[in-house]
Amino acid sequence: MKKRPEHVQVVKQRRDAVLRTLVEKVPYIQFLGIEFERRGDELTGILPFKDELIGNPMLPALHGGATAAFLEVTAIICLSWSFLWEDMESGALDIENLDRDHLPRLPKTIDFTVDYLRSGLPRDGYARAEITRAGRRYASVRVQAWQDNRMRPYAQATGHFVMPQRKS
Amino acid sequence: MADKIKIASQFIQALPHARALGMELEKLEGGVATISMPYSEKLIGDPATGVVHGGAVSALMDTCCGAAVMSHPNNLAHTATIDLRIEYLRPATPGQRITTTATCYHVTRSVAFVRATASDEDDKTPVAMATGTFTVGS
Repeated sequence: MKKRPEHVQVVKQRRDAVLRTLVEKVPYIQFLGIEFERRGDELTGILPFKDELIGNPMLPALHGGATAAFLEVTAIICLSWSFLWEDMESGALDIENLDRDHLPRLPKTIDFTVDYLRSGLPRDGYARAEITRAGRRYASVRVQAWQDNRMRPYAQATGHFVMPQRKS
Repeated sequence: MADKIKIASQFIQALPHARALGMELEKLEGGVATISMPYSEKLIGDPATGVVHGGAVSALMDTCCGAAVMSHPNNLAHTATIDLRIEYLRPATPGQRITTTATCYHVTRSVAFVRATASDEDDKTPVAMATGTFTVGS
């Protein structure tokens, strides 16, 4: 007999709880104020503007380091999210006990290359990552960030990561 | 020279993001800059180990490379990052200050080529290395 699909609220609660834990437990993500919006399995990183992110007060423009950090955070969260997805959906991940001791380890950045395309304006930024290859040990990710206009990114990056090893 | 460092130091302090991360300018002369950043819990990227997030190291290295470009005699104006690649050699030891030195190894009329190394208090193996290109103004 075919299993009935889960209730929409059950699905949403589970996914939102996992995403919240992933983002809220990292102090640096909280320090920058980065948030994530979820549509199914697709995540969009949001960097709400604040004065602390300014690198050039004359223009003013966002600090290149804040932009690099935003891109790297988005890459790591999206990579962890896709790594966790299957276990989260199958029930292998213990949703009731999600704290820093029970979440799998995060991917580790090997290298990260940022292209600064335009200066970052003093307003909110958005970013999406695309996992170009997810191997068992290594992953490659591309990220793009934009502000007012999706077709005019202000920065893009590619990075390589070592994936956490699954407990066997 | 001490005055020049003081002015440059005030300049770094005037960058809100550099100030938020607690960056301090230690050396600046003719295309070479040294900037350090204290360990802080708000910079943690891996809560399981307390290791600083790569993004904070990027911010430090980007600032340091930019300062090196601005101190180069061929550059008369402000600078902006064109691209920056960072390699994370090992996790920085939690609790330790991270210090970066950036050097402009070639500067043309329009582009500065910069390399930087970041170390924690154990300077045998660097924590990260960076290669970047920056705009040069005249």
